[in-house]
Amino acid sequence: MTPEDGRTIPSESSARASSTKLKVIDCDVHHALRSYKDLLPYMATRWHSHAEKFARRRPAPFQASSPYPKTAPALSRTDSWPPNGGPPGSDLAFLQEQLLDAYNIEYGMLHLLMSGMDERNQDLGNAICSAINDWQYEHWTQKDKRLKAAIVVPGEDPAAAVKEIERWAGNPDFAQISMVTHAIEPLGRRRYWPIYEAAQAHNLPVGLHSSGTNGQAVTSAGWCSFYVEEQHNVALSQQQLAISLVCEGVFERFPALKAVIIEAGYVWVPSAAWRLDQHWARMKDEVPHLTKKPSEYFRTHLWYSSQPADEPERPEDLRTVLDWIGWDRLLFSTDYPHWDMDNPETVFKLRLSEQEQKMIYNENARAVYGFA
Amino acid sequence: MSQTAAAAAQYTALGGIDCDVHPAVPGMQTLLPYLDPYWQEQVTVRGIDGLDLSSFPIEMDAHGRPDWRQPGTKPGASLARLQADALDGFGSQLAICNPLYGVLAIYNEHFAAAVARAMNDWLAAEWLDREPRLRASITVAAQNPELAVDEINRRAADPRFVQVLLLAQGEMPVGNRRLWPIYAAAERHGLSIGVHAGSTYRHAITSNGWPSYHLEDYAAHAQAFQSNLLSLVHEGVFNKYPALTFVMIESGFTWLPTFMWRANKTWRGVRAEVPWVDRAPSDVIRDHVRFTLQPTDAPPTGADMERLLNMIGSDDMLLFSTDYPHWQFDGHNVWPEGFSPALKRRILIDNPRNAYPRLKEARP
Repeated sequence: MTPEDGRTIPSESSARASSTKLKVIDCDVHHALRSYKDLLPYMATRWHSHAEKFARRRPAPFQASSPYPKTAPALSRTDSWPPNGGPPGSDLAFLQEQLLDAYNIEYGMLHLLMSGMDERNQDLGNAICSAINDWQYEHWTQKDKRLKAAIVVPGEDPAAAVKEIERWAGNPDFAQISMVTHAIEPLGRRRYWPIYEAAQAHNLPVGLHSSGTNGQAVTSAGWCSFYVEEQHNVALSQQQLAISLVCEGVFERFPALKAVIIEAGYVWVPSAAWRLDQHWARMKDEVPHLTKKPSEYFRTHLWYSSQPADEPERPEDLRTVLDWIGWDRLLFSTDYPHWDMDNPETVFKLRLSEQEQKMIYNENARAVYGFA
Repeated sequence: MSQTAAAAAQYTALGGIDCDVHPAVPGMQTLLPYLDPYWQEQVTVRGIDGLDLSSFPIEMDAHGRPDWRQPGTKPGASLARLQADALDGFGSQLAICNPLYGVLAIYNEHFAAAVARAMNDWLAAEWLDREPRLRASITVAAQNPELAVDEINRRAADPRFVQVLLLAQGEMPVGNRRLWPIYAAAERHGLSIGVHAGSTYRHAITSNGWPSYHLEDYAAHAQAFQSNLLSLVHEGVFNKYPALTFVMIESGFTWLPTFMWRANKTWRGVRAEVPWVDRAPSDVIRDHVRFTLQPTDAPPTGADMERLLNMIGSDDMLLFSTDYPHWQFDGHNVWPEGFSPALKRRILIDNPRNAYPRLKEARP
């Protein structure tokens, strides 16, 4: 939703359009900690005093602000602050009411916008990731079976990350593995391959929500000035993340691996793949580990969440682009409770067939995450 | 007549304007006569050389088409070959020289300004003076906009210089206000601003860090250009310099429509942050930004290309380029499928004439 729309989404969804009685799988739901202290019960005593004596140390300039202040407090819809207190997304009952019940959500894929992966003190980072997973399990997925968590892993310490994956793999409450995307190196690099090996072994997709901070310039052209740029630039970073996974040969080495690119839109996929194909044709000796055209890896190993919904100048152009991408690649997401969340009832300006709706709102995600 | 000769004849008849050819600086030895005595001594005593950009390794086939290479020289270093391969080969009435030697990456801004000055003088004396079909970009040391403006002012009297050249991955996105003195000087002199693919390596190639392969670096140019477009729009460059045209060179353009959709949407949501941006980014871009043809990063079929060109929503935005001597296509197949004859004509002649105030004198 954009401020321009000028309306809030009613929590009573009686207005729900009858044409979309589909059960929705929402591939990007943001729950939240009330505060960092929520994690302390799951952390060794050492870290309790650490939190008081030392700040968290991440490669970013401000302690408690994004480098690019957002459009709204907590990045969130003004009506998403729970009546009982705490930040948006921190109150299960309110999230159930405002999202899960309101929109007939069959499954909501949780992505916490906090990780230990970009903590510079790696022991602390590992402890934070483990604590997040315990907290997600106890306070969210065990309390509402519609919610599916991602195993948050400290990807810069791959051995610890694999250990954390093995701690949760097989638990049906955890449907994927999550890493920050602004990592120390591009995520296709070999440093991270033990994580993909574990992901493939346990048949868990890797869900890559734009997140984290690594000290690199926030665009390929250097540091931008405004949030209006940064918001789009994180999507450009996600394109480069997909390119990294493809070009570094991750999917050749781990042919059963599935990766979901989250909160980057999707209409960029065809041109990114055409560009790679075109230049791969002249540079393929450099990447002999690729046995197929780059676009084929996009077509078979990558999926994309829908929000923020791409809006062509002429709505029907979206059909052309989806024909290029493949209709089985797109996973609906709301991004609740963020300010730019998408409403499943109104998000597509294009008239979709019943089958297309089924795929985008439900079946594609069901296939990726292996829901029965 | 062979097929390629027939294709070449077709171009000759039209007399296009090739907006991106790359004459190579053979090395510092070549520039020595154009440096002042201090820098002549510095370069000689310290053995300074080898400033070709890492973004375009001269060894790579992609950056020197095999049939355009001449043994023992850098691709693009020979005027005779550029005349035969690029100008005669495509029947171009004019071609704009964009030398990519590493001035913008030099940390010592005084040295950078000296090399920029030397390159411009070398280009004028050894290329433009010898071939009337050539035009050129002014090389500047944008590291220090004041020195860059000095060089623009010095060179602007020569009408053969038609734009100022920057890199897409320089120190900062090109909309940044620290660069505006360069834009003020360019607008004053009727010069356009060319932004060419390439990195000064001041920061990682992607915000996710340094990729392993050149293929990834090259792919990343597309996102770098998109970041620069956002910067140009949101910093308000065209509010301040409404007569200025930016030309994105070797950028690709098939990403443009979907990029504009997203840029428009984000602006609608966040525009309170940039109140001076008083219309949709796509409108600003369609009015003020142009893109060279090669590389095209084409979709699989001509029909797909037609759909895509339709989404771009303007016949004014593309400028003919061969990207000589880079290898973007084989033979004379500079046109991907899907371009109508009328659109080709616009791209070959009309659009370049409109993008460069100093090319108004070109044959329509």
